[in-house]
Amino acid sequence: MKKTALTLTALAFMASGAMAQDVVRIGTEGAYPPWNFINDANEVVGYEIDLGNEICRRAGLTCEWVLNDWDTIIPNLVSGNYDVIMAGMSITEARSQVISFTTNYLPSDPSAYMALAGTDASVIEDGVIAVQSNTVQAGIVADGTADGLEFPTPDETISAVRNGEADAVLADKNFLQPYVDDSGGDLVFIGDDFYPGAGTGAGIRQSDDELRETFSSIIMEMREDGSINALIEEWFGDGIAKF
Amino acid sequence: MFAFCIDPATLPQWQWFACYLTTPTHFAFYRSFLMVLLLLAITAPVALGMGLLGAMAVRSRIWPVSWLGKGYVNIVRGVPDIVFFMFVPIALGQGIEWVWHHIQCPDWDQPIRQGNDFIVCREAKIPGVNAPAWVRDVYAFGMAVIAFALVFGAFAANTLYGAMQAIPKAQIETAEAYGMTPAQTFRRIIMPQMWVYALPGLSNIWQILIKATPLLFLLGLQDAVYWARELGGQKTSLYTYPHPDWRVWYFLVLLCFYLFLTWISERSFARLNARLSRGQATAAGERMRKAAAA
Repeated sequence: MKKTALTLTALAFMASGAMAQDVVRIGTEGAYPPWNFINDANEVVGYEIDLGNEICRRAGLTCEWVLNDWDTIIPNLVSGNYDVIMAGMSITEARSQVISFTTNYLPSDPSAYMALAGTDASVIEDGVIAVQSNTVQAGIVADGTADGLEFPTPDETISAVRNGEADAVLADKNFLQPYVDDSGGDLVFIGDDFYPGAGTGAGIRQSDDELRETFSSIIMEMREDGSINALIEEWFGDGIAKF
Repeated sequence: MFAFCIDPATLPQWQWFACYLTTPTHFAFYRSFLMVLLLLAITAPVALGMGLLGAMAVRSRIWPVSWLGKGYVNIVRGVPDIVFFMFVPIALGQGIEWVWHHIQCPDWDQPIRQGNDFIVCREAKIPGVNAPAWVRDVYAFGMAVIAFALVFGAFAANTLYGAMQAIPKAQIETAEAYGMTPAQTFRRIIMPQMWVYALPGLSNIWQILIKATPLLFLLGLQDAVYWARELGGQKTSLYTYPHPDWRVWYFLVLLCFYLFLTWISERSFARLNARLSRGQATAAGERMRKAAAA
């Protein structure tokens, strides 16, 4: 298995030789800590930035990060404004019809409900749930019995819970965790965690097989040599599934 | 920025704020106001030029030109701005690449549209595949200027057309009697006098243009609204300067900025109006004559 992966990488190297001088542009949202965010020094940082840069280094590609808001991130990929999406995007059936995904670089993430302390867990069934639009979680709320309240940025979903506009927010647990930790007990998880997606992967145009192969094989390589786990540990800490 | 900013968590409040308000992200926020002003400074004359061309086209006696002018004015005015701002950058961007692709790569055998993907050969990418980030920013900004100029040009065209029609008929007949050609009449009689009729309409369009600049955000440019939202949102301890949801304060700054801008413009337009009304056959001009005589 390891050997095939290595051969694939070698092939990918050769295949990408012709395009090595090209800049590969990676689109991200820059508003989803710790996956990707803009720090106080006005740099794009996060787990996906470190990972993307490492993939590019190993593939001998020059990479550049591009910020794009979440709602138009897929249309701008297919119209060629950038070549890759690394923005905490779960691999789903619906998205796979429009773009293709690499091998996942994060195992299936838990999703969780977060609410103000003292909120009854029954709001999951009959309350108002804040979600970011066009996310896996937005789909789950739309299919469920609770009322969904959609926001374009993840940050606004948190505010909606704080100011009482929504009873709870449904999002990736690892995104919510720092808010719970920092709130001093004001914000708590309610209900049970669940695993809605098939992991997080990089989105690539369906016609771009070569680039997808390059990314996938390096992600596999990093999963096998443990370097991806080290990055996950660095950005997400202990409370997350690893490879 | 300041030497004492090394460990913000330990600072007293005023120093914490001094550091916080001078982070690179805050400077990006401050710069984004300049970008809004730059956009206005470029877009307003371009839109006015578009408007003038549009109005002249509508008045033209050559019917294809007149139809073109009428088509432009009515179609653009009839479509919501936001639709136009989403449509122009994508359609124009792909249109340019499509044309360039046919010039640069005539031997290309693959379809440009493959399912959902829009693919041109790498020589035809605009900006080029290896263009530095600032070129891309300028390109995006240029797209924004075009989108704004198209939309506001149509409104300006309608206003200017109305202003041209408002010149007293007697003056045009007099010009004809003096033997001026239609072009001379337009240059010497209509052009110099129409501005006083156009000004109230143009000042409206200008104010609406100011208020429309937050649409820049839709075009992928990081304008003041983007930064206010980004900086104002709650920051967890992953950030150097954690704080709760402060968006209300950031939006208050935006509110003051836009109010200030429109207030200044209102005053400037009032002065301009007074200047242009001098000696005109309008009520304002008449009042000035009486005031001077009294």
